[in-house]
This record gives sequence, C-alpha cells and structure tokens, in this order.
Amino acid sequence: MHEMAITENILKIVLEESEKRGARAVKRVALEIGELTNIVPDCIDFYFELMAKGTAAEGARLESKLIPLEAECEICKMRRRVDDLDFLCSCGGHMKTVQGKELVIATIEIEGDRA
Amino acid sequence: MEIDLGRNVFEANVQLAKKLKAVFDDNGVFVINLMASPGAGKTSFILKTIESLKDDVAIAVIEGDIASAVDAEKVRAAGVPAVQINTGGACHLDGRMIKGALTHLNLDEIDLLIIENVGNLVCPAEFDLGEDIKVVISSISEGDDKPLKYPRIFSEMDALIINKIDLLESSDFNMDDFARSIAGLNPAAGVFEISCKTGQGFDDWIAWLASKLK
Repeated sequence: MHEMAITENILKIVLEESEKRGARAVKRVALEIGELTNIVPDCIDFYFELMAKGTAAEGARLESKLIPLEAECEICKMRRRVDDLDFLCSCGGHMKTVQGKELVIATIEIEGDRA
Repeated sequence: MEIDLGRNVFEANVQLAKKLKAVFDDNGVFVINLMASPGAGKTSFILKTIESLKDDVAIAVIEGDIASAVDAEKVRAAGVPAVQINTGGACHLDGRMIKGALTHLNLDEIDLLIIENVGNLVCPAEFDLGEDIKVVISSISEGDDKPLKYPRIFSEMDALIINKIDLLESSDFNMDDFARSIAGLNPAAGVFEISCKTGQGFDDWIAWLASKLK
C-alpha cells in the first residue's frame, strides 16, 4: 500500500541524479530490496511506469534484487541467514539484523548529452 | 553509462526523523510511536495511559487516521491536547506529517508525546518519526499468528502490548505459540498482557513506561 509513496521517492532520486549528470534518458534502475521490508516489487514496477510518463525515466527498466535477511549475535558475533524468523542465537544471545531491511537504488543506467 | 548510487530510498524521512528526535530531546519530550491493526485498541490504550499518568506527567497525543477527527476528540475529552492528522489515504505517518503537527503543540509544556499511527501492521514499520520507543499492540481477537505474518513491525518494537487479555479464555488464541514467535523475533522487547476494559495488567505497563520517562 505504501509502494506509491516509495515509488515517488525512487523516481525523485533517479531524476535528480540523472539531471545532475545531464542525461537525456534513464534506461535502467537497479533496486536492492531487503527481505524484511514490506515492499512488493511488482507494485513498484506498476507505479513507476505510471509516474515516470513524461519524464526522462519514461520506459526505464526496473530491476529488483532481493537482499536476504542476515543477523549477527550480540554476544558470540556469529552471523547467519535468518530464514525462520528466529533471532535467538544458539549461544542464547540476541541477534541484530545486519542486512535485509534496506531499500536502496544501487545503480542507474543513463544516456544522453553528457552521459 | 552505468552510475553507482547506493542511495537509500527512505533517506529523506530518515534525515527528518533525526531532526525531529533532536527537537524532542532538546525539549525533554519522550515520544512513543504506537502501532497496531485497526481495532486492536490503540485509542483505548492511550486513554487508559492518560488516566493513569496525567496527574504526574504532561501528555499530548498526535492521532493519525486516514480520515475523521473521532480519536482526537476522545483524547481532548480526557483533558489532553491532541492533534489530528488525516493522511487522506496514506497508510502510515511520516516525518513530514509529524513536523506539521508539531506547529500545533507547545513542546515546552509536554513530557510525553504519544503518536497513534494509522491502523496497519505493514507500512508504519518503515517510517521512523523521531520517536524514543516503538510500541506495538496485538489483541487477542486478532489471533496468535500476527507476528509470523508481519515480522518487520514485531522485530523493531521496544514493547508489545497484548490487549483484550480478558478474551483469552473464550478464544482460540494460543499464548504459547504467540510467546514463542515473539521470543524468536524480538527477545529484547518488554511484553505486557493487559485489558483496557478490566484494567488487568495495566500497572505493569505504567511502571515500565514510568521507568523510561525518568
């Protein structure tokens, strides 16, 4: 449901970065989406296509890479994938998330006068 | 031409939340971001917290709803300043909305600000509001599987309120399963079994909150 607000942010950042570089068009946007975010990539695709109409990012391809949830134990420092929603370490410690909550625009591909 | 950006999509909200936190700290205001499903008992919980603390603590409330001022009116009737935010369809509060609401409050006169987020277990989890603690309410009538279905919000909370505990006997809610999910997802959170209706367990929550306020 909040994908619309998120897509607005994505488009804003993409246009800001491409304009800064004098690009005429944005061809591709690569996103990294953490497993524990509540974001639906298909939904972002849908809104992006609509919102990008008439901008330099119109028709840009959106690629989403899922970042697996990983946590590290506060006591023994063991790092592991959390695929069972269990943040208790085998040593009894509490594990803190180190990745899997992010939503990052990793790269963009642009073309144009100065690009 | 490919450009490496590595930019966080939430960066604008993260920055604003940091600024809000600094403003709250400068004014000595402790802030709770209260999140739950619709009907979990957020407003009842706020009213009961006000009733328990208002002689000792200056409280104010920001109410977030898609529409209506029903909640803010209830809080004002309890003798506490309240600002209603209508998100007009947005499913969560963000830093920008809180910044706007603060123009209606005198932070000098507030010790505790409770922000009632929009009823939703998904989107509010992604947007910090400059709060000191996140509190989630999960009620018996919602069932015991919510932590497994909405792990993000339960993994980030500082305290969990299990409301409507008076309904436990007459429901299929399995407290052992629920407790096991919470222990795995967030072993550090404070957990309080309460009933806003009967008052059961409320003293423990108030004692915990009072210890944070000092």
